[in-house]
Amino acid sequence: MPKIIEIKGFTFHYAGSPRPALTDVNLSIDDGEIAIIAGPSGCGKSTLLRSINGLIPHMYSGTYIGEVYINNLKVSEHTISEIAKHVGYVFQNPENQIFMFSVERDIAFGLENLGLPREEIKKRVDWAIDLLGIREIMHRAPHEISDGQKQRVAIAGVLAMKPKILILDEPTSLLDPLSALDLITTVKHLHDTLKLTVIVVEHRLDLLVSIADRLIVMEDGKIISNNEPREVLKDDRLLTVGVGVPSIVRLRHLLKDACIFKHLPLTPSEFVEQINVAQR
Amino acid sequence: MIEFNSVTYIHPAGVKALDDITVKFGQGELVAIVGANGAGKTTLVKHMNGLLKPTKGTVKVFGYDTTQQTVASLSRRVGVVFQNSDHQLFSDTVEHEVEFGLRNFGFSHEVVKQRVDWALRFFGLNEYATTSPMMLSGGEKKRLCLAAVLAWDPDVLVLDEPTVGQDLLNKEKLEQIIRLLLTQGKTVILVSHDIEFLWPMQPRTIVMSRGKIIADKPASKVFTDDSLLAEARLIKPQLVELAQRLNVGDGEVFDNIYTAKKWILDRFRCA
Repeated sequence: MPKIIEIKGFTFHYAGSPRPALTDVNLSIDDGEIAIIAGPSGCGKSTLLRSINGLIPHMYSGTYIGEVYINNLKVSEHTISEIAKHVGYVFQNPENQIFMFSVERDIAFGLENLGLPREEIKKRVDWAIDLLGIREIMHRAPHEISDGQKQRVAIAGVLAMKPKILILDEPTSLLDPLSALDLITTVKHLHDTLKLTVIVVEHRLDLLVSIADRLIVMEDGKIISNNEPREVLKDDRLLTVGVGVPSIVRLRHLLKDACIFKHLPLTPSEFVEQINVAQR
Repeated sequence: MIEFNSVTYIHPAGVKALDDITVKFGQGELVAIVGANGAGKTTLVKHMNGLLKPTKGTVKVFGYDTTQQTVASLSRRVGVVFQNSDHQLFSDTVEHEVEFGLRNFGFSHEVVKQRVDWALRFFGLNEYATTSPMMLSGGEKKRLCLAAVLAWDPDVLVLDEPTVGQDLLNKEKLEQIIRLLLTQGKTVILVSHDIEFLWPMQPRTIVMSRGKIIADKPASKVFTDDSLLAEARLIKPQLVELAQRLNVGDGEVFDNIYTAKKWILDRFRCA
């Protein structure tokens, strides 16, 4: 598998901060994976994302040791705008991202900045609008649409740049539960159809673990766990780290002395299936 | 303590955000307000400390009509922590942010010092006392807003989306604070999409949709009602889905993982 993200021996220390934000991080992510990054506040998640999209070292100064490669480009040697063609970044609050007077114009904005020809811009905007299912709101102003729709507009704007990697920073935290579930279904669909690599930072894992290939857990600037979600969540010490372990998984840990489950259940239906097997 | 009587609120732009709301919040209650984005939850909350006044109907807070009171005097008793911390924070340092309300309400110098110290420690913000609030992370800003309001000890605490950006440890801390406040007879009102956070506390649950209250009943009744959940764009907590899949039986729910564990151990003989 080719590595789309390769981080080697990476330490970053913000100028003026008492301690490094990341210490000796090694991480490789395969092309086409869905990876979740979890961990308590201040564990270094945001710093890691900034190192992937080039804000570090180009916007934040500090001590930079080691190497970060995105799609075989050394991030420290390429400009943010060059990196942006490979990495699409969707902020937690879409209001920080969408600002034009219509949805359509907003999606076109990034493409205009890339200096693409008019026809190509029109084509890509159209494509992104259909991809996210937002044609009916394309002429509306951002303040006239719901939060779930804003999140879709922000994703459309980023995907119109045709990145290989999509990064979502707590994408569901402002959405009502059903909109959150819809968004996760959409992300999975985009991943499948566009063969994207998706990285999601999230505190709550209940809706996401079942679509993810990898769960990366961070603490104090280090990666403390990095594997298939089921493997990572097997370790009940994660609870003390502050990761939002789904209640089903916590229940399974409570029962560990009483029942032997073949696999770790991630959802209520898997739990019922497993406990029926365990009983036989 | 807080009484809405046939309250309708029409935004200056003409949108009807609250549509004939009648509801009461009593002392010592834990109430969750849930529903889709744009259902009117935040507008409802803004009427509780007088930030918004009804277009029609009345809101009474501790017997006083909110149209006759200042936001400051209402806030002394009803502390509201809003969803967007950036709209709430304005001081030059974290410490001053917490001091601001206390000084305005006329607490003595000693009490101010003591309360600031307690609040910052409790929320793990003491190392940032002299930092600008704008330097904090999203989760830290949220905790600072909470610290600032709790410091002046209001009778009613209203939290709008308090778990956004908070990790598990901070959510657990928040749940502890809520339970502590309830034992002191305070009223806590939570606006939240975070169903998994709300469920173990089993709050009285008010469901809003398009400016109306479409249900007001215990969490165990709301989150087992499929058509209500769909209408309000909610999903089931994992433990409710589990109980249903295990055919636990009418009306019985697992309110937390420990009751689920007990039920399972009573019935299943595992390998």
